Amino acid sequence: MTPASPRRAAILGGNRIPFARQFGPYANASNQDMFTAALEGLVARTGIAGERLGEVVGGAVIKHSRDFNLTREAVLGSSLDPHTSAYDVQQACGTGLENAILVSNKIKLGQIESGIAGGVDTASDAPIMVSEKLRRKLLKINRGKTTLDMAKAALAIRPGDIGIATPANTEPRTGLSMGEHMAITAKKWGITREAQDELAAASHQNLAAAYDRGFFDDLMTSYLGLARDQNLRADSTVEKLGRLKPVFGKGEGATMTAGNSTPLSDGASAVLLSSEEWAAEHNLPVQAFFVDGEAAAVDYVHGDEGLLMAPAYAVPRLLARQGLSLQDFDYYEIHEAFASTVLSTLKAWEDEDFCRDRLGLEKPLGSIDRSKLNVNGSSLAAGHPFAATGGRIVASLAKMLHEKGAGSRGLISICAAGGQGVVAILEGA
Amino acid sequence: MAFNYGQFVSGGVGKQLATTLGLPRPARLRRHRLGASLVPGEVLVAGHGDAPVADRVRHLLAEAGVQVASQPSTSVAAVVLDLTAIDTPADLETLRGVVGPALKTLAPTGRIIVVGRPPESATSVPQAAARRAVEGIVRSIGKEMRGGGTANTILVAEGADAGVDATVRFLLSGRSAYVSAQVFHVAQPVADIVAPADWDQPLAGKVAVVSGAARGIGAAIAETLARDGATIVAVDVPAAGGPLAEVANRLGGSALQVDVTAPDAGAKIVEHATARHGGFDIVVHNAGITRDKLLANTEADRWDSVLQVNLLSILRMNEALIPAIKDGGHIVNVSSIAGIAGNRGQTNYAASKAGVIGMTQSLAAEQAVRDKGITVNAVAPGFIETEMTAKVPFATREIGRLTNSLQQGGLPVDVAETIGYFAWDANRAVTGNVVRVCGQMLLGA
Repeated sequence: MTPASPRRAAILGGNRIPFARQFGPYANASNQDMFTAALEGLVARTGIAGERLGEVVGGAVIKHSRDFNLTREAVLGSSLDPHTSAYDVQQACGTGLENAILVSNKIKLGQIESGIAGGVDTASDAPIMVSEKLRRKLLKINRGKTTLDMAKAALAIRPGDIGIATPANTEPRTGLSMGEHMAITAKKWGITREAQDELAAASHQNLAAAYDRGFFDDLMTSYLGLARDQNLRADSTVEKLGRLKPVFGKGEGATMTAGNSTPLSDGASAVLLSSEEWAAEHNLPVQAFFVDGEAAAVDYVHGDEGLLMAPAYAVPRLLARQGLSLQDFDYYEIHEAFASTVLSTLKAWEDEDFCRDRLGLEKPLGSIDRSKLNVNGSSLAAGHPFAATGGRIVASLAKMLHEKGAGSRGLISICAAGGQGVVAILEGA
Repeated sequence: MAFNYGQFVSGGVGKQLATTLGLPRPARLRRHRLGASLVPGEVLVAGHGDAPVADRVRHLLAEAGVQVASQPSTSVAAVVLDLTAIDTPADLETLRGVVGPALKTLAPTGRIIVVGRPPESATSVPQAAARRAVEGIVRSIGKEMRGGGTANTILVAEGADAGVDATVRFLLSGRSAYVSAQVFHVAQPVADIVAPADWDQPLAGKVAVVSGAARGIGAAIAETLARDGATIVAVDVPAAGGPLAEVANRLGGSALQVDVTAPDAGAKIVEHATARHGGFDIVVHNAGITRDKLLANTEADRWDSVLQVNLLSILRMNEALIPAIKDGGHIVNVSSIAGIAGNRGQTNYAASKAGVIGMTQSLAAEQAVRDKGITVNAVAPGFIETEMTAKVPFATREIGRLTNSLQQGGLPVDVAETIGYFAWDANRAVTGNVVRVCGQMLLGA
């Protein structure tokens, strides 16, 4: 049963900086710089400089050890009241959406009146680690009490120990990259190259059209000379994408290219949520309500399920709790980690065996109206700075639902590393 | 750092060199500071005949705690002369007799304010001649003054004397530091004149929309209006979002990213200001661009983009803004000296900025606008020290700085202060005016 919610969590607006490609214009920007910029744009747009909010929740998937208090540091560098508390969350690519769930839950419970949920990631300003052997030996030197101890420990370093490691997009338990994992799933579901390229081209075309009609004017704040997502190719077509060589998967059946996979990128996003009372007191129109969220995880390690298939499990659980069917939505925002992720998920929901055997449903969830999917583009075109994607989607969808009208509904689905998925439902106000 | 002549001659070797060679040495201007007295000294008030405005000014000065002097002395910082009652050019002797001696001892950053009546409403030919002479005299005094002093004329329509106070205050204060040789026209107020409770917060409780607010003069306008008590809606194009957010957050206002040339820009501003701030009282049309080229080489898109941003966008936005602005509100447009004097390579820009003047005067006279009690005025900046003018070649820049009576460039805040004055509810008798903020630039005078 659904416990009666004491009150609703309103989404008042969002902001992000345009997403940049790895080693692009934000190559020298830190996570803290970018998240502060995203916060400042949101504060300016909503006119809440000097306001003490209930909390700010952020986070990044790839963090330097010095960024242990990343979000709090960003708040202190922003125009918000420094008495605003903050904390970091990390749930891989689900971070941003999970943060929105956390903030909305606290608002519904009456623990806070307002809060910002967001996230940031840099694939450029990444931490560098030394090899594990060298790290242990360096720590031993550091522990040495006498010069002799330290010299002895230093002599233990061998040329083979020297090496650096950068964060990799690899699952620690399988050694496979995310793309390699996805290639297995795509093959299993028989996702064609053409279908993937079609989805990718649509993502670019939809995002470009959204920019052209000024959709992002109140969702984005320019940063370091960038005013649009750097990855966007307005002239992208299925023909052009069709000329790219596959990069994931092997042999004849390989379908995944750099064009239908998201690029590594840098960026940040933030969303302002509050109680309806707080919104009214601050003259901020409510765009949408954060109805509910759900997270799921799959056992990809033992080959039971594909790495990025967890949203396929999270969504039916959320629908059941809310008493909704998959078709009860005006918009679907399915994060395009890879074009094949979206297509595999949709295919699974249409599949009788999957829905019966895996989801325990009597009949399949069915198809969705594809004209309602990612209508203003998604990660394939915009880019995907891991923890920033949730905030991007929540802010955009809230605006779309507000334009659509009160009572309209939107579904968000985001897959994440570690076999996880975070999904949510928003309702237009 | 770029060489700055004014700084060079203000001390050390530069000062010696300039003194020896008789080169100009710009004075440090007196600018408005919070809590500073209206004038740093006494004000000599005099008049011809029954001088009704002189009485008002004495009363105003008493209220502001300023001493009134009857004789020239070194403690006199300003002269206000009421010539509203002159009948023939022979009466101008009063001016020579009062202002001449006063100039000899006037304190630095002094002010000469001469109040007269419009020549157009004179009842005789000799009276019209005398009235028109005032402007010529004051312009010449502006060129004669040294030490950062300014001279301005106020022409008050018959029966509109009550509206003169705001302009006298503005001209006496540091807010008018870079305004000289201008003619202010005071007429019947379009709505009730309301003096502020605190003259350091003349815009308290007001909401001001400022376009082009991310940088330069626009940012200074936002900052100055906020300092004077207004809540700022800072507007600029999405591409300037970063610096725009910085301005809005620093001032505790809100940022609205919108391209002023978008067909729905006016509606978006109205929607934002109404939803977020319950409406708006002041609009400053400051957004502008330059696309310089000789007319002979100007292509259609270069021509069109400047006219679109600087003029057509304002006309379009006003269709939404004027019905929505609060009654008794104020619209201020930013024109340019180039719109008055013209400028080589700026035909498109001059077209737009001269067009702004025509628009200002015509809109101010519109019955619907007057019925709402709205004033419409324009400022025309001369050489202002901004990021943009810092990039001008050295010689051109120094010529810009030095070819005015104050022998220096103005600051963005100088433009902003005049805009602020146009936005006072105490200033509802000044509408359809175009005031140059140029230190009496030689161009186009």
